[in-house]
Order: sequence, then C-alpha cells, then structure tokens
Amino acid sequence: MNATVLNPRDAQKDASMQLQKDMIARNYDALATAHEMGKKVSSTFVPGNLNELLMCFDLVRNLPEVNSLQSAMRKKTGAYIMEAERSGHSEDVCTYVKSDLGMMAKGNIGPTGKPLPKPDVLVLSYTGCFTFMKWFELVRDQYGCETVMLHVPYQADGRITGNMRNYVVHQLKANVIPTLERVSGVRFDIDRLREYLRESARAEEDLVWVLQSARNRPSPIDAYFGGVYYCGPIFSAFRGSKEASEYYRLLRGEVGERLAGGRGPVTPEGDMAEERFRLVVEGPPNWTSFREFWKMFYDEGAVVVASSYTKVGGVYDFGFRHDPDHPLESLADYCLGCYTNRSLPMRTNMMCTYMDEYQADGFLVNSIKSCNSFAAGELLMLREIEERTGKPAAFIETDLVDPRYFSPANVKNRLESYFQMIAQKRTRAAA
Amino acid sequence: MSVKSIISRCDALFEDLDFHCVREWKQAHPGALAIGYMPIYVPRELIHAAGILPVGILGGGDRLEVIHGDAYYQSYICRIPRSTIELAVTGRLDCLDGMLFPSICDVIRNLSGMWQIKFPGKYVRYFDVPQNYESDIGGQYYINELQVLRDDLGRLAGRPIPDADIRASTAAYNENRRVIAGLYQYRAAKPWQVPTAELYLLLRAGLVLPVEEHTRLLGEYLAATDAEPRPVRDNCRVVVTGMFCEQPPLGLIKSIEMAGCYIVDDDFMLVARWLLDEVPLEGDPLQNLSEAFLKRSAESAAKFVARREDKGRFLIDSVRHNRAEGVVFAAPSFCDPALLERPMLQRALNREGIPYTAFKYAENSGQMQPIREQAGTFADSIKLWSE
Ligand code: SF4
Ligand code: SF4
Repeated sequence: MNATVLNPRDAQKDASMQLQKDMIARNYDALATAHEMGKKVSSTFVPGNLNELLMCFDLVRNLPEVNSLQSAMRKKTGAYIMEAERSGHSEDVCTYVKSDLGMMAKGNIGPTGKPLPKPDVLVLSYTGCFTFMKWFELVRDQYGCETVMLHVPYQADGRITGNMRNYVVHQLKANVIPTLERVSGVRFDIDRLREYLRESARAEEDLVWVLQSARNRPSPIDAYFGGVYYCGPIFSAFRGSKEASEYYRLLRGEVGERLAGGRGPVTPEGDMAEERFRLVVEGPPNWTSFREFWKMFYDEGAVVVASSYTKVGGVYDFGFRHDPDHPLESLADYCLGCYTNRSLPMRTNMMCTYMDEYQADGFLVNSIKSCNSFAAGELLMLREIEERTGKPAAFIETDLVDPRYFSPANVKNRLESYFQMIAQKRTRAAA
Repeated sequence: MSVKSIISRCDALFEDLDFHCVREWKQAHPGALAIGYMPIYVPRELIHAAGILPVGILGGGDRLEVIHGDAYYQSYICRIPRSTIELAVTGRLDCLDGMLFPSICDVIRNLSGMWQIKFPGKYVRYFDVPQNYESDIGGQYYINELQVLRDDLGRLAGRPIPDADIRASTAAYNENRRVIAGLYQYRAAKPWQVPTAELYLLLRAGLVLPVEEHTRLLGEYLAATDAEPRPVRDNCRVVVTGMFCEQPPLGLIKSIEMAGCYIVDDDFMLVARWLLDEVPLEGDPLQNLSEAFLKRSAESAAKFVARREDKGRFLIDSVRHNRAEGVVFAAPSFCDPALLERPMLQRALNREGIPYTAFKYAENSGQMQPIREQAGTFADSIKLWSE
C-alpha cells in the first residue's frame, strides 16, 4: 500500500497520504539497515499480526504479504512467480507465497529496491489461512531461522470460546513471549505492551469512523480501492505506534472535510464525479493491475462502500478494540476475530449487514485464484446474500499478484453488464 | 472367505455412492445415528462410544457425475469438496445425521460453514486440532475440544458417554490399528501378496463398516492372501505420498503398480493410521487420546513440524523402514497443502539421495497412460541405478 506507486491526486497530496508514504519508506529503510544497526528482524503475516507485542522487543517488522503486494504494484511479481515455479513450486498454489520465494531467490531485494534482511524470527501467527503454515515452513527451510507458531483456532461456530482464548494466551505466555525475549535479548514489559495497545485502540476508533463514513451519500471514501490504503498502517508494521495514531487522526480529519463538503471519494484521477452505484465487495483486490481495475469502477460511478478485505487484518467495526487492561486476552481476541478466521455463516451475515447499513445496490465477489481461504465457499455466500437482500450479486475472477490471471477485457465486460443490471433493476423498482 | 470374495465385497462398498450399508446398519439398529467425517483425522473412538456409526466421506471419486457441485466451486479449487456437496445435495448423504470437518485446509474448513448454511437441521462440527504439541498447552486445548465433541455426541445419542465406553471404543480402534499395521507390514514384506488396489479397497471399507466388522475382515484377508501365493515381479519399491485427502481413482493406483512399482507405504485413509501406537486404556480416556495425538501421530501436510530438521523425517523413516527405493509424489490438483509441502519433502529426499517422481491427479482423472509412462520411467531408472 505504497503511495509512491499509486498515488491518488499526485499533485495535491493529503497530509495523511504523505505520512503513510514516509512511514512505509522508513520501515523499508529500517529493514535494510536492521542488522547493521544491531537490530533484530521479525517476519509475520497481516492477519493475526502481533505488532504491538513485536514492538515490545524492538524488533523491526517485515510482512511478506505486504512485500508481495508492493512488488505486484511495481509489476515485479510475474518474474518472481515464474522463478518460484522454475524451482519446483506448483502453478496451482498461492501466488503470494511464490512471489515471496521468487523474490528471495532473486536476491531478496524488497519492493523499494533495498535489500530485505534474513529474518531472525518467523512469527507464524496462524490465523485464517492454512497456507501461512506452509509459507513459513518454506522460508524456514531456506533460511533456517527460528520459527514460533501461534496457533489460533477457527471460529467455526461463530463465537470465541474460553477454551480458544485461553489456548492462544497460553501460547503467548509459554512460547511466543519467551522466544521473542530470547531472540531479541529484550525483557518483556507488559506496561509497554499496554501503552502500545492504548495507541492501537485510538487508531482503531478513527479507522472505524473513516470506514463508516461510507454510510453517507455520497460516500466520501471508497472502502475497497481507497480502503486498502486506509488499512495499510493498522494492518502492518505500525499498529500501536504513535505515528499510526497520528495517521488515523489526520485521515479522519480529511475524510471529515470531504464529508462536510459533500464530496465523493478521491480517485487516481481526482474526485469522483457522481456516485451511481454503491457496492459491497468480498475478496482481496488485484494488485498487478490495481489502477486499471479501480478505473473500471470509478469510470462507471461505482463506489465500494464496504469490503471484506479491509477486515482481513482485524475486524473493528463491530466493537472490538485492543484493550490495555487485558493485554494478552485482547491480542487473542484480535487474532481470533480476523475476517478469514470467521466461519462462512459469520462472513455471510457480515456482508448482509454491510449491504443493509451502507445501503448498497449490489454485492460483488472478486474471487482470487490463489486464495482458498477467501474463495472456497464464496459462490454459496453470493447466492445467500442475493437471496437475503434481494440485491443483485456478481462474480469476477482475478488473482492477487499473478499478472497472468488478470484479464482486463473479461473483468470489464462483466462489470459493465453488472452495472447495467443494477441500473435496470433500479429503473424497474422506480416504475 | 477367499481374497476374491473379500475384495469384491469391499469393491461393492466402494462403488456404493448411496451408502446402502450405512442405511442398512441404521435399520438394524433402530434409533441409532450415523455421522460423517472428512479427511484426515477425527477421533472415531468418541463417535463409536456414543453408539453412533462413523462414516468416512471422501468425495465422489470418478464414478459420480458432478452436476450441482460445480456451481459451488470455482474451477481452481480441488474436486473433493464439489463432489462431496454433490453427494449431499443429491440426497446420498441423507443417511448421515451430522458431519465432522477436520482441520486440514481452508477448503474443508470453509466447507463446514457451507454445510451449516445448506443443511441447517444437521449437526455440523469443524473439528479443530492443536498445532501446538505440548501437553499443557495444545493438549489442554485439545482435551477441552474433545470434551465438547463428547458432549455434543452424547446429546445427539440421548445419553452421556461414560469413560468406560470410550475405553471400550478405544480398545476396538486399537485392535483395528494393530491389524492395519500388521497388514502394512505384511505388504512391505511381500508386496506381491497385497496389491495396493486391494489394500486400498480394504481400507476404504473401514470408512463405512463398524470397526469390529472391519477388523475381522482385515484378519480374514490377511489369512486368505497368505494362503494364495501370487507371482513375484521384478518391481521397484516405492512410497507414495500426497493422497491423504482427495482420492486418486483406483485406476491410478493400479497404474503405478502395473508400471513396475510395488507400493510399500502410502498415506491413504490416514484416519485409520493417524495414531501410531496403542492408546492406553488406563487413566483418563480423553487425555490418552490427546497424548497419542500430540506425541505419536502420523505426519501430513496439515501438521506443523516444529523443528526444521524434522521436516521430511517421517517420510524418510518410512522409506528406510520399508526398504523403499524411491518416492512417488502424487497430489490432487489445486491442493495447497500437498503441493506446498512437496518441495520441502523433495529437498529432504535430495539430502538423503532418495529418488522421486511427482505428478498431479484429480479424483475424476480419466487418462492413466501418462501416469503409467511416468511411473514406468521412474521404475526403470531406479532399476538402472541400483544395478
Ligand atoms: S491463501 Fe490467501 S490468505 Fe493465505 S497466504 Fe495465500 S493469499 Fe494469503
Ligand atoms: S484436496 Fe487438498 S486442498 Fe482439497 S480439500 Fe483436500 S487438503 Fe484441501
């Protein structure tokens, strides 16, 4: 989610955008120089990341998924994926993994052109996706670095049980924290954790306000294409930091101004003109042709008012906040609550709630070839949501970071006929 | 009973996509329930202890025409969930009173939610197992989960399940595991006496038959095959791996053997071989099941290996123990766990100098010729190098 690649309104950058850009650049710099500076590096995944905890040990935080998506926006992942496939990885498996492994094979130069360090510890927070486990086993196989597993049970019955929470907390206490202490040489200080969690909650409050601003007409934000920027800091190496809180404070102010001015979302070509279609979108975006993909929406006046992808690194809009008074428990609840760790009925209900609360005209699935965690069951979700809300639903297929699976003509055709269908339905209803 | 009649019985059970034997069992046991489970592991002991028939569901194979199932899944998702949905929406699984979805991958995990949406009247449980293998952490979590399952099953059965019943069921499954282990040992010693297609059908029968009956059947087979000497071929000895979930067509297993390979170990129907030793009968039965799971269970792609140096050890041990000369990686198309696992296992084999070959299949693969050729070339190359 880097503003240097895709930069809505290049000419007049919002302060929040500039801040995010600087934060990301600083983190890549910190990664590049970490070992030189005597710092230790952790790698971890976006869903269920324990950023506040990692900060307690002064670890520099690397997120391979973010590297993959950043590389995709810079059109580098096609070559990385081919490299991984050449070295024996199947064409069938998740391309995030292959992009990461391909990048490593080609010298591990990060998306900004700076080298990425060998991680000192892989924090395998195993939330919402089985592939994570294989991914870090593969990285460990290559680097031989220390790996600590945090197994987060799945919310199959639509709730977090005491047994699940205790299990996660127990692993944090007995495995994760001692490993991080050992690797970093820093003693764990729970008050430091509480302070970071307090910052997280502040940022979360503002993020939720921003996401929920899309309930207005016109929506001042696009909660998918814009949303991925808004979630950038909180989903990655910054949750719990003061700069993240500052980012969200600024963002909230900017969105508040747009709202007060009755303006629609900002797009790469300036403010969106007229809001014609309000959509809820399920599934990750395509990163390799992100800009082209987005244009297919804003050219038609389609705004995404709510999306599931902006919940993949944490679901905050139903009330959860990190809680400094119950630090480990709240880290557990955070991990347990990430979007893809929720059962399919929960996900379906969530999307129906969004359809209703954000007064959406339709529901769209962007099904990702790579990602079984999202994709398996989406067709049933789609039918259910269509049935329950009476609103038209549609389905497109792309991939996250594999350019071979983005077929612009197909996607555009599908979207155009979908928007026509919504318009016709609306006309019929008005008649 | 002769080998032929035993195998033809197993074959009939395998071919029966309407689960007549489950329906018959229920008729013979009025009021009793049957519960389905998918790969790779559930503690069948608890189901059995509730007086419920555990029924393994492994998709529709190459005999089922999938008409509805494709509407539930994108083309890039493996076949087993779509043929399983097909079985369900066409009423073939009506004889089941519930389904357990083990923790194996995101596809099966999400299928548990699809089941909740599609079949709201049925008992559905995603059976999560720990990836932490310490007794007081993962073990404690697992015992509590076992207790939830036990309570659920007790409610379904209309009576709580006492410890004594779990112990008795554990004994029944211990015996089943013991006989299966014997059968595997026998095959490794005399693979010409136990063609893997036969062994496969025997194990499949264990997914629908009551465990006691299955154990008896296995015993009869062992005696029968030992009494019928068969010709020994100049085949090479291989371990096949990757077939733990979506099933290969039976023709594929036959093709590997016809191409000149004796299969001396495999990962078919892991549920029956997941626990490697006898589960103790003294003490707390849930704790015993938990400890067996944590400390002495099979390895598969769905399981985290805590230490890098142990990755692939299970497979290498199997190669050494069974005196295999090579490994055949056979994985379902689009199977993330098996396909992501493969390069790591291959590196481990490289380090040990163990040759391997790899291909993909789908449960409805029709063309066996390429596989036969590949397996044949592999067998030839092994023979060449061993000379
Ligand atoms: S399968 Fe999906 S959630 Fe898992 S690593 Fe790949 S893209 Fe991420
Ligand atoms: S075949 Fe592989 S991907 Fe498909 S359900 Fe089974 S384990 Fe999952």
